[in-house]
Amino acid sequence: MNCVVKGSAYTLVNAPDMLLHNGTTQTTEMIVNPESDYLKQLPKHLRKFEDVVNYLPNQVYIGNKTPEDLAGVELPWYNKPVAGADRFGKLGEIMPQDEFYLLMQAMDVFDLVKLEKNFVNKVKPAFEKHPLMDAEMVARVKEGVDKSEIEKFVNEEHAEALYQDNELIGYVKKAHDIDVNLSAHVIHENLVSKATCVLSMLHLVKTSGINKNEVDYVIDCSEEACGDMNQRGGGNFAKAAAEMTGFMKATGSDVRGFCAAPVHAITIAASLVAAGTFKNVVVAAGGSTAKLGMNGKDAVKRDTPLIEDVLGGFAVLISEDDGKSPIINLEIVGRHMVGTGSAPQAVISSLVADPLSNAGLKLTDIDKYSAEMHNPDIPGIGDVPLQNYKMIAALAVKQGDIEKSDLAAFPVKHGMNGWAPTQGHIPSGVPFVGFAREDIMSGKIKNAMIVGKGSLFLGRMTNLFDGVSFIMETNKGEGAKGSGVSEEEVKQLIAKAMKEFASSLMSE
Amino acid sequence: MDLENQKRVKEFAEQLGAENIVVVLGAAEGEAAGLAAETVTAGDPTFAGPLTGVQLGLKVYHICEEEMKSEVDAAVYEEQISMMEMVLDVDDIANEMQAIRNEHTKF
Repeated sequence: MNCVVKGSAYTLVNAPDMLLHNGTTQTTEMIVNPESDYLKQLPKHLRKFEDVVNYLPNQVYIGNKTPEDLAGVELPWYNKPVAGADRFGKLGEIMPQDEFYLLMQAMDVFDLVKLEKNFVNKVKPAFEKHPLMDAEMVARVKEGVDKSEIEKFVNEEHAEALYQDNELIGYVKKAHDIDVNLSAHVIHENLVSKATCVLSMLHLVKTSGINKNEVDYVIDCSEEACGDMNQRGGGNFAKAAAEMTGFMKATGSDVRGFCAAPVHAITIAASLVAAGTFKNVVVAAGGSTAKLGMNGKDAVKRDTPLIEDVLGGFAVLISEDDGKSPIINLEIVGRHMVGTGSAPQAVISSLVADPLSNAGLKLTDIDKYSAEMHNPDIPGIGDVPLQNYKMIAALAVKQGDIEKSDLAAFPVKHGMNGWAPTQGHIPSGVPFVGFAREDIMSGKIKNAMIVGKGSLFLGRMTNLFDGVSFIMETNKGEGAKGSGVSEEEVKQLIAKAMKEFASSLMSE
Repeated sequence: MDLENQKRVKEFAEQLGAENIVVVLGAAEGEAAGLAAETVTAGDPTFAGPLTGVQLGLKVYHICEEEMKSEVDAAVYEEQISMMEMVLDVDDIANEMQAIRNEHTKF
């Protein structure tokens, strides 16, 4: 059975105070160089929520603008706002930090998140008005507590402090006295991941129109680990997030693989649907607090705004063939193998060139490639998507698919500018899935290759690199009726054969 | 440069002698290559890692520089590096590396 991409959703959460207090570039600096100029200068580079909403790459992320809109605008983008942009988009939204704290509390089933009274009273009306927060969700937001309680827990009980506009407005309590895996820091990080994942899945329900009770399975592919001291990465973010989203008939599990995880997860989801195991599988991921402000030093040095001020999330629905949504072609799946090696040439060959040539296709047969879609407006990381397109183009030259003189034109024709925040797994191929679905269905392109790449050495278990790729392509409507033949069709076939037999007898 | 890598370079220099070490880089552009080269010669310019204020002065080359390329089996180079050579601004990287070596390499 064919499997299709039935829908997708993309969300961002503006988190300026978390950037200051939870981003590892900042927390590391606080330890090694607490009086540094960097830490003093940093707050001046934070953006207002309105600037985050009006930021063009963010508008592309949530689907209000397209990669084509981005292509027409020269870098830098931080000083070219989209006037009057909407926080809600065709594929998702950009949520402000204050509302997100309430969502985080709503996600907490162990009474670990506490918010200050006045803060709750001030922000709750906006949370109640949120189009996707139903009465049940709003009811999960608790009465606020006194500021003195917050101060006590932060100062005496190792609670993780929550700030809004640099003011202490809440805390996340540690969930165990000794266990570091249940420390306030870890619980905070995990609840942020869970909440952004749920926000993305709520949007997916809206954008795809799926009935919540028809979701069979959820795969979480974020980069956090939840568990206690006896099973540090025990899981299961997927089921925890499915519960909060209201997928009452679903179960799920977590897939990890650094930045490559989303593409691993979608390939697995597609296989589960293709095998007939499940009809509707959601692949989703929440954002990462640790990576907020990751390249902040470059932003401060270049005196530009801190663009890495958002948490990213996404959700994709993989379903059985509906006869119109783009198909995931499981016959062309690229994978970086243990024996592939880590030279970029070997990596790109294994992920992009080899699966295509095995299927008798050229690199030019793919209309659009989406690999690491990092936003090049972020200082200090270079233009990662362009590097990928140049590598694919160089391979195309090497295997004779294009002339060397076409090297520079290839990235323009088969690539795009990046627009995703540096949230690890978030940029890795998947930001284009939503646009690819739309462009394939409208006939603008016939196919797209989604490539996920991961740096496994960061976990110190292997020096190997990793990656997977899959192709989305036009649904020709052949598989919509399923692989079987109906009784009516059988009758028609027999009738046709008998007619032919009769006419052959008559002609004799 | 990654803090863990800085630690490893420092340990190798202590263990084997700074004069016996060549650091080979694979950075994708001149500036990044230059920063890594500076880290293993003049010390970590970001003041974050174990090489902060440590002037090892190591020999350091990018894999696409002629000095390194001529050391590598041509067939292996073709298989592993030739694609990246087409992609990278090799002249820019080589100039950056040469400038850092002229200023900071002691060996």
